[in-house]
Amino acid sequence: MNTYNFRGKAPFYLAFVYALLILILCIEVFPVLYIIMMSLASKQEIVTRGFFLIPREWSLNAYAYLIDNSNFMQAFRSSLTITSVGTVFSMAMTTLMAYGLSKPWLKGRTALNFMVLFTMLFSGGIIPLYLLVMNLHLLNSYWSLFLTGAIIPFNLIVIRSFFQGFPTEVEESARIDGCSELGLLWRIVLPLSLPVIATFSLFYAVDYWNTYFNAILYLSDGSKLPLQVFLRQMMNVSDGSQVATESGIEFSPAVRMAAVIFTAVPLLIVYPFLQKYFNQGALLGSVKG
Amino acid sequence: MESTGLTTQVANVLPPAKTTKLSSWQRGIPLYFMILPGFLFFSIFKYIPMAGVLLAFKDYDPFIGLWGSKWVGLEHFQRLFTSADFLTLMWNTLALSAVNLFFFFPAPIILAILLNEIRLAWFRKSIQTIVYIPHFLSWVIVISVTFILFATQEGGVNKLLVDWGFPRFELLTSPDYFRPLYLSQNIWKETGWNAVIFFAALASIDPTLYEASVVDGASRMRQLWHITLPALKQIIIILFILRVGYVMNTGFEHILLMQNPLNLGVADVFDTYVYREGILQGQFSFTTAVGLFKSVIGLALIVVANWVAKKLGEEGVY
Repeated sequence: MNTYNFRGKAPFYLAFVYALLILILCIEVFPVLYIIMMSLASKQEIVTRGFFLIPREWSLNAYAYLIDNSNFMQAFRSSLTITSVGTVFSMAMTTLMAYGLSKPWLKGRTALNFMVLFTMLFSGGIIPLYLLVMNLHLLNSYWSLFLTGAIIPFNLIVIRSFFQGFPTEVEESARIDGCSELGLLWRIVLPLSLPVIATFSLFYAVDYWNTYFNAILYLSDGSKLPLQVFLRQMMNVSDGSQVATESGIEFSPAVRMAAVIFTAVPLLIVYPFLQKYFNQGALLGSVKG
Repeated sequence: MESTGLTTQVANVLPPAKTTKLSSWQRGIPLYFMILPGFLFFSIFKYIPMAGVLLAFKDYDPFIGLWGSKWVGLEHFQRLFTSADFLTLMWNTLALSAVNLFFFFPAPIILAILLNEIRLAWFRKSIQTIVYIPHFLSWVIVISVTFILFATQEGGVNKLLVDWGFPRFELLTSPDYFRPLYLSQNIWKETGWNAVIFFAALASIDPTLYEASVVDGASRMRQLWHITLPALKQIIIILFILRVGYVMNTGFEHILLMQNPLNLGVADVFDTYVYREGILQGQFSFTTAVGLFKSVIGLALIVVANWVAKKLGEEGVY
């Protein structure tokens, strides 16, 4: 490989670096691999065999069990609803406000920007927010999640800076052609900002999909609880017994591992499609913060 | 705060020919409508709770409401500062932050430097892609994975130890292991993601610097010391300072999920204490005071850290 010769040859040093990186890779990958393998092993095998990585008896029973389990599927559907509705809602709120604030000539802009910024530095804490949500009668409604998490200030600021950097000529000509501000945002600015929109949609989606604390805080109706809460309840049952019981339902170790995979997979499916935008999106963020 | 170039600013200042007759207030009307939903969000869900910290100075009675409840002055703060819990909470928070600053903080830098040393593009790309992924997993999943691997009876690692004839390792229940475990989970989940900014800084190094150093007979170690590290120096300093500003934030959900009655003595921090004593036990006023104390210290730290970062010629958080 001539390509790295410009740094000079150092075979031992490089071998060390590669070894270290491969070790890091293994540490990242091994736990996930282990859980995938266990979720595909038979119940018997997990209970009787000691440590193993490759199951002797392959089985999809754990997954079949979860798909048949109405509580689990209910939680899965809750998570899908929270994530899809929440992401659209948050992105709409965030891009609208970001676009509005991106115009340097807008009066009151500095005050509004400060209003946003200050919430990143100081907050009333969870108790006043909880009491507010309670007094607005939002407890046990998905709106408690959507409204309290509508805009993440950091996302807003990054998207705003991005809109600000737009070439104004395009906007001007569209405006002369009679395009309204909303039309301008929808038909010109958004299509040209797809990488940013994709990145931040993913960020919101991840946040909503991963909602745990807000869900236990605001939701108590069992049929509304999202997947993360369900998974937590499954993991929380004492690990001493070989077959754990949670409200009359049995969760064997393989089923728990299948549940972990189930909870992680939707994100991992979306990830490769959006990955090309990340570096860009993440850097956009880090420059600002 | 704005990074817009001068030309765009000038262009933005000039209204388009057609609308020059409108005042800028009038011209902004459609934009104000677009800002309105967000404005309402911030007012209601961010600023009303800030006003709600008045609870900390009252004895909240849910039946009378905030305004009706009687004032008690600094009573709740006195109770906090004189309670034994306070020292524990403060110490735990500082200990976890210190662990983060000295071990979690350098991890992404080391990863970025290691990756920068190799030139096999596909290898570097695959590693980058894979180490990002855990960032997107929830804490519930990360902690479930920890349980599955390290549970005393069923855990994979303990099964392996037993197979090899070693005693079981009680990682999850012993308070001694809480901090190292907390740190390892942080590192596992976020190192790849946090390394992005360092990758970028390293990618911008002029390769001719390395070539020149080779001509001068520099070893790899010398290159690391004289080219790679200086390229990262500034960003490392700034990020370190800003992290110091977040000392009070140790990762609420992470800690809450890792807590159990056995490790509470080392795992309890302000946020989890507020949740447990406030939401679960209903001591709204007292825990609002605890939360307010934490927020005020947090604000002060961020402001100072940001000021220092700016003094060093960086953007800071704001």
